[in-house]
This record gives sequence, structure tokens and C-alpha cells, in this order.
Amino acid sequence: MIGLVDCNNFYASCERVFKPNLKNKPIIVLSNNDGCVIARSNEAKALGVKMGEPVFKIRALIRKYKINVFSTNFALYGDLSHRVMDVLKTEVKKLEIYSIDEAFLDLSDFRSSERAVFIKKKIKQWTSIPVSIGIAPTKTLAKIANHIAKKNTEKGVFTLNNEMIIKKTLSVFPVENLWGIGRKYAHKLKLSGIKTALDFKNADAKWVKHNLSINGILIQRELKGEQCYKLKTYQSRKKSISTTRSFSKEIKKYSLIKEAVNNFANNCARKLREEKSCCSKVSVFLMTNPYKSKSKQYHQKITLFFPTATNDSLEISRMVDKALKKIYINDYSYKKAGVIVHEIKPEREVQISLFNKIDIKKRRNLMYSLDKINMIMGRDKVHLASQGIDKKWQLKQEQLSPCYTTQIKDILTIKI
Amino acid sequence: MKLKPLYKNKTLEFYGYEKDINLNIPYFENGVSAGFPSPAEDHMNSKIDLNDLLIEHPSATYYVRVNGDSMLGVGIVSGDLLIVDKSLKVTNNCIVVAHIDGEFTVKKIKKTKKKIFLQAENTNYKPIEITEEMDFELFGVVAHAIHHFV
Repeated sequence: MIGLVDCNNFYASCERVFKPNLKNKPIIVLSNNDGCVIARSNEAKALGVKMGEPVFKIRALIRKYKINVFSTNFALYGDLSHRVMDVLKTEVKKLEIYSIDEAFLDLSDFRSSERAVFIKKKIKQWTSIPVSIGIAPTKTLAKIANHIAKKNTEKGVFTLNNEMIIKKTLSVFPVENLWGIGRKYAHKLKLSGIKTALDFKNADAKWVKHNLSINGILIQRELKGEQCYKLKTYQSRKKSISTTRSFSKEIKKYSLIKEAVNNFANNCARKLREEKSCCSKVSVFLMTNPYKSKSKQYHQKITLFFPTATNDSLEISRMVDKALKKIYINDYSYKKAGVIVHEIKPEREVQISLFNKIDIKKRRNLMYSLDKINMIMGRDKVHLASQGIDKKWQLKQEQLSPCYTTQIKDILTIKI
Repeated sequence: MKLKPLYKNKTLEFYGYEKDINLNIPYFENGVSAGFPSPAEDHMNSKIDLNDLLIEHPSATYYVRVNGDSMLGVGIVSGDLLIVDKSLKVTNNCIVVAHIDGEFTVKKIKKTKKKIFLQAENTNYKPIEITEEMDFELFGVVAHAIHHFV
């Protein structure tokens, strides 16, 4: 059996850990730059706050119902996520961390749902984060079981372990909520009269293959209880690493945008070094504000190659500068920019190009020292001059909660 | 982790630190100088890590700063840093971080036959009885208090 652990309203729950007075109160968390709603507590959902809604549209609602608004605090969410996963690691042998708030568990020794209830309680006690657990023979069914656990059960644990229950559950489960069925496929299925997961399970396999390709077949087999998606217990090397940000205000000035993309480049380079990888390509993009439909829009992306794959901050920055020069046009104000590094391979497999000019060994030592200093002294304590100092382009995070678990200056103070 | 008794008198005990040997060999970028080797080299041990001593369950451990004098009796002074272990079982007389009606507090748990109290360690404060109507939840057990003298 496979278990799927999913944290309930994770970001909202994180905000509650150190603010018990928010229990049963509506909470929303905003995207980077405080633009849109990206997480809601159950209370906020009940008030009709939609996912992805721009915050300016619900100002009145926020005031009327005293909704608690937070900027994303990834330091806090990341730390609590680690803690949840660490607790899970003490309980199961194999675990696939699927996202910041979800993990698949290997429950091949599963006997009763008591075990899951125990795991759920342990996570709640150790981390204060409420979770739901769905248990089933396959990942796709475990996703469904989790859905039921969250919505329709008291104890937050649900097991799909016999044909009767599976049939009954699938017959009322909308096909568009199935894991791996996107909007396009859902539309196609509905047009053909396939409305529930059960309809899909019983659909003609040839028809599914023809209309939904191989992925559709795999989902269908998983619904029938055949494991097609195995637990990925190792962290596979990322295909690309990106750093993209919206600016707090629109920026026109070249020097400021250059400063921003240099920071993004440096961030990507650091992440590459953390996982001992190098990249062969870097892309830079720039865009204007798509919400300002009246003003002229511009969106441009460019990709450049490195002769020798690299994770060197200086090299990636230099390439990013070159890329930016090619796509920057003085006529626009930009809202968003990003740097993406791709074609990632392990550092030790890098082939040095004939035209390589820099002393790679020396530069690696330099980067190693840079990372070491910044690890001890704090992120970006030593940085490239091109990253600038005052960072005017930085995020707007007006409602940021303290980093209770990762910054000593931010730890909880209690009056006793 | 093992504590190795070193010296003992009436009031104080001193401990050394014994741990599986795990030496980090220093790395010399510019080669090693050829002078007389340090006589201390053979006696070097890994450094004492307070984490080993104070943090048994890292993923359940949280830090809390206190402000107030209600727990002076057990030696928790205003400004102290508390190490809170949420994985520990709450027992009678243990010090806990809890929240009552949405406010955090630090108190001692006192169980009688029928009632549970949160008790301050300072006669200026009255014990608080935990009742059904209260919105009460335990956060965790205070495992250590760190007091700063300098």
C-alpha cells in the first residue's frame, strides 16, 4: 500500500503555529509581492475567497470579515516542511517528498489504519501541523483517498483497500479532480460522457490510449489497482533551476534591472553549486505588467550557451549581462524578470572546452570560499558588485510574519 | 553522547565530552610547514557541540524567549532562552509552553486527582485552573533554560 500525507492548508497552518489566537479565524497568504491569494484557511475558503484572486479585488471582504493577511514566509514554511518530512522519515523506511506539503509513503507492511492515525498524531504533536493521510494500493488512488480523508472524515485518515469501497468512492469522484488529468483532458472526457473516476476506470482502453496518450493509460491502470507510478525515493537531479521575481514597482532603468538579474544569476549559481551541478545554458526573460492591458506589452526571452558547463557565479553573471543587453528595450517599464539555468549535469562530468580561458580549479576554490563565508555570515554577505546594495527591485512583503524557527532575532517571545 | 566525569567537589561537577571519534582533518591549502609538530595534536578531540547536549529531537525542538518573572522559582529569568521539545510527554510538575485563550504562557503543570492547574513559580501569581470552557492547548515541554550572564 501507498500512503499520501498532505498538510492541511499548509501555509495557513504554518502561520497558526506561533499565533494560536488565529485558531478558527480566516487566514490568507499572498504570493510574492503580495499580489494574489495563494493559500487559504478553511474559514477563508468558506467566506468565498478564491485561489489566485488578486488581493485588491477582495479588500472589502478582508475588512468586513477581518481576514488575517500574510505575505509568503518561505523560511518558516520550508523549516516546518522539513520537520514534517523528518518526522515521517522516523516512521517509514521509504518516502517520496512530492512537494513542500505532500509526501508519498511506502506502507507495504500496512495492516490497519491505526498506524496512519498514529503518524498523523505524531506530526501534529512534533510540529503543530495538521495533516490528512490517504492510503491505497496506488499513488493515483492514494491521492483520491487523501481527498476523502481531508473532506469527509473526522480523523483525517482514509483507506481505499477493497473493491467495494473503491467502486463506491470512484463513482462520486469527479474525473477532473483525478491526479494527472488536466483541464484539457477533463474537457475531452466529459464530452465523451466520462464524468466520474469510475467512468474513466471502465472506459475502453483503446479509446483512452487514442485520446489521452500513454499517461491516460497509466492513470487508468492505477485506478484498477496496478502500480504504474513507483515511489521515487531519491532526489533526481533537477532539469532546470530558475529564479524569477516580480518587482515591487515597475522598473525602466537598465542599471536596476541589470542588478536584479545579476542577483537571480547568482542565486541560480549558488543552487547549482549546492547540488554539485553545472549548467550549459542560461535563459533570461523580461516582461511588462500583463495586468495593465492599456499599456504596450513586451515579453522577450533569450537563451545563451556556455562553451564549458559551469556553476561559477562570475561566468553566469557575465552571460546574463550579455543576454540582458540583447533583449532590453528602453521604451518599456518592466514588471518581472527571471534567470533560468538548464542542461544541468554533474560537476564531475563536465568536459572542458578547447576554448576555455579561465583557470577552473582556481575559480572553483574561489566559489567554495564564497559559499563557505556566506554560509557562516549569512546569505549574500559577500557578493558580486553587480548585485548592487540597496536592491530597490526587491519584493514587497508588507505582511511578513517573523521567521520563528530560523532566525534567532525572530523567535517567539512569551510574556510570563 | 557520553559525559565523562573529570572532577567533583561538593557543589560542582565537571564533565568532559566523549564522542565517537570524528576528527576533521585540517586542510592546508599551501602545504604543511615543516616545523616541530604541536605536542597537543595527539590529544585533540572534536569540539563540544551543545546541540548534542541540549537537543534530543531536532525536528520537534523550538526556541522561545521569555519576558516576565512568574517562573523565577524554577530559575527561569526574564530574557532567558527556553529550549522546548514538543515530542516529550507532559507529566506532573513539568514546565510547559501552552496557550490559553490564544495567548502563550510558560507554567508548571500541577495535576490533582480531579483538576489540572497551570502554576507559576512565584507567589505573586495565582495558579490557573484548566477548565472545559477554556481554549487550552499544550505547545511543548520546556527541556532547558539558557540564562545569559554576559
